[in-house]
Amino acid sequence: MSLTREDVTYVANLARLEFTPDEVTALIDKMGAVLDYAETLSELDTSTVKATEHVLAVQNVFREDVPKPCLSNEQALANAPESEAGCFKVPRVME
Amino acid sequence: MEYEMVIGMEIHVELGTKTKIFCSCPTKFGQEENTHTCPVCLGMPGVLPVLNEKVVEYATRAGLALNCEIAHFSKMDRKNYFYPDLPKAYQTSQFDLPICTGGVVEIEVDGVKKDIGITRIHIEEDAGKLLHESADGTLVDVNRCGVPLVEIVTEPDLRSAEEARTFAEKVRNIMEYTGVSDCKMQEGSMRFDVNISMREKGVTVLGTRTEMKNLNSFRALIRAVQYESKRQIIELKKGHEIVQETRKWDDTKGVSSSLRSKEEAQDYRYFPEPDLVPIVIEKEYIEKIKRELPELPEAKKQRYIDEYKLPEYDAGVLTATGVTARFFEEAVLLYDEPKQISNWIMVEIPPLLKEKEITMENIPIAPVQLAELLKLVKENVINGTSGKEVLKEMFNTGKNPGEIVKEKGLAQMSDTAELEAIIEKIVADNPKSVEDIGTGNEKAYGFLTGKVMKETKGKANPQVANKIIREVVAKHLG
Repeated sequence: MSLTREDVTYVANLARLEFTPDEVTALIDKMGAVLDYAETLSELDTSTVKATEHVLAVQNVFREDVPKPCLSNEQALANAPESEAGCFKVPRVME
Repeated sequence: MEYEMVIGMEIHVELGTKTKIFCSCPTKFGQEENTHTCPVCLGMPGVLPVLNEKVVEYATRAGLALNCEIAHFSKMDRKNYFYPDLPKAYQTSQFDLPICTGGVVEIEVDGVKKDIGITRIHIEEDAGKLLHESADGTLVDVNRCGVPLVEIVTEPDLRSAEEARTFAEKVRNIMEYTGVSDCKMQEGSMRFDVNISMREKGVTVLGTRTEMKNLNSFRALIRAVQYESKRQIIELKKGHEIVQETRKWDDTKGVSSSLRSKEEAQDYRYFPEPDLVPIVIEKEYIEKIKRELPELPEAKKQRYIDEYKLPEYDAGVLTATGVTARFFEEAVLLYDEPKQISNWIMVEIPPLLKEKEITMENIPIAPVQLAELLKLVKENVINGTSGKEVLKEMFNTGKNPGEIVKEKGLAQMSDTAELEAIIEKIVADNPKSVEDIGTGNEKAYGFLTGKVMKETKGKANPQVANKIIREVVAKHLG
């Protein structure tokens, strides 16, 4: 399957990945090969097969609406690269 | 050229569950930042969400109350986007198989009834809260992440700001009545997104629309719609095309502005949530929820007209919110004078609430206290004017009306002799009024009654005072 540079940069942007122009060039072929492989499935006639909503034949797994203890503020923030005033801190978001 | 406004709405309603949608963290509002979280709502790797059964129940209830079909089979999906209010980098929502579809809500604006179509209702999780208080970054509070919501999506059936507001208010009432949500606007329990486009009158094809998200009050809703429709008309009249975009509504400035922050077309790449299994709802379950639905606003209004013999206006005001209706019904149980109670709830209570900047939800008096107060008025222990004063005092102190009447000495003068003496003096001091009455000027009675009320500090029973004044004046003229 042939991909364009735009296809690759579009997908990269959705995934928040940054590539050099050379990397993009290389990815055109690599991603194309992956898609070609997946394309094999299209050879099958699936017109009579129902869409798979879930791989398990299980339904209605519910939880009771009963509160349980939460993590402490310190525990919640323990893995955060940066925190301030009891909050996770991220690069500035403009609203 | 005459233009017609076309509006579709998306209403987010926070469900009144005790815990979040996929984990057992409490949903309590206004807690300290990041103290109501767990590995599931923090989006830690390897965790497994489990759907809260009450979310299914409330969504079913919401759907039935808005006359929707409840899906036998529905599923959750992942909606992918990067934003720091969403630790998982996707929102768990419903895409192609929502839990409810095809409902209808009847509204009435200026005496005209109209059906507004409900396209679908789906369940999803709320995102966290971004705080812009840090000097060099943005702070994230995850407490709200995973709070359950339903999103109610309408057909583009609304044609004015007034219709949009009426519809939104009606949905709010129904959600509150059915206990699906507490609908506290100030806590963000209900938010509106509006899609607006304009077209020439008579044209059936839709114009290009703009969207405004997260309007959090009815006032903001109505103002945003009015502003945006005017803006679009001005653009169209200049011959400009409307750009399909999301616009930001600034409620303080009262203007909408383009969010042209390099916003690419949204690409959410929805796919079925592999961590959650499908929801299958049987007929029996739906029937059970239907049986348990409480009386809805419309039915209640009609019952107030039939059962309590209230005017339609009163019935409408009292049933406008569930809290007011419950207050009224409790008071009526204790004091069987519906119209009296209605008058006091509609006329006397609102200014006192306004003064304290609260709503009926936080009214500081109990229905039993209002009933007691009205009994005191009815039994002539106090007159209506004093009654209002007592009510105000009840609001301020929370004391019972009987107690206040005693403390303030507001009980009406039952001692006729004392009243007679006061009236004798007033009549004697105002010979001009007596003369006027003698020449047929009945208005002078009012003047004398006023004097008596002033002298007795409002404690005289007006009917009794009036009777005595007439007797005394007659004697003087005699």
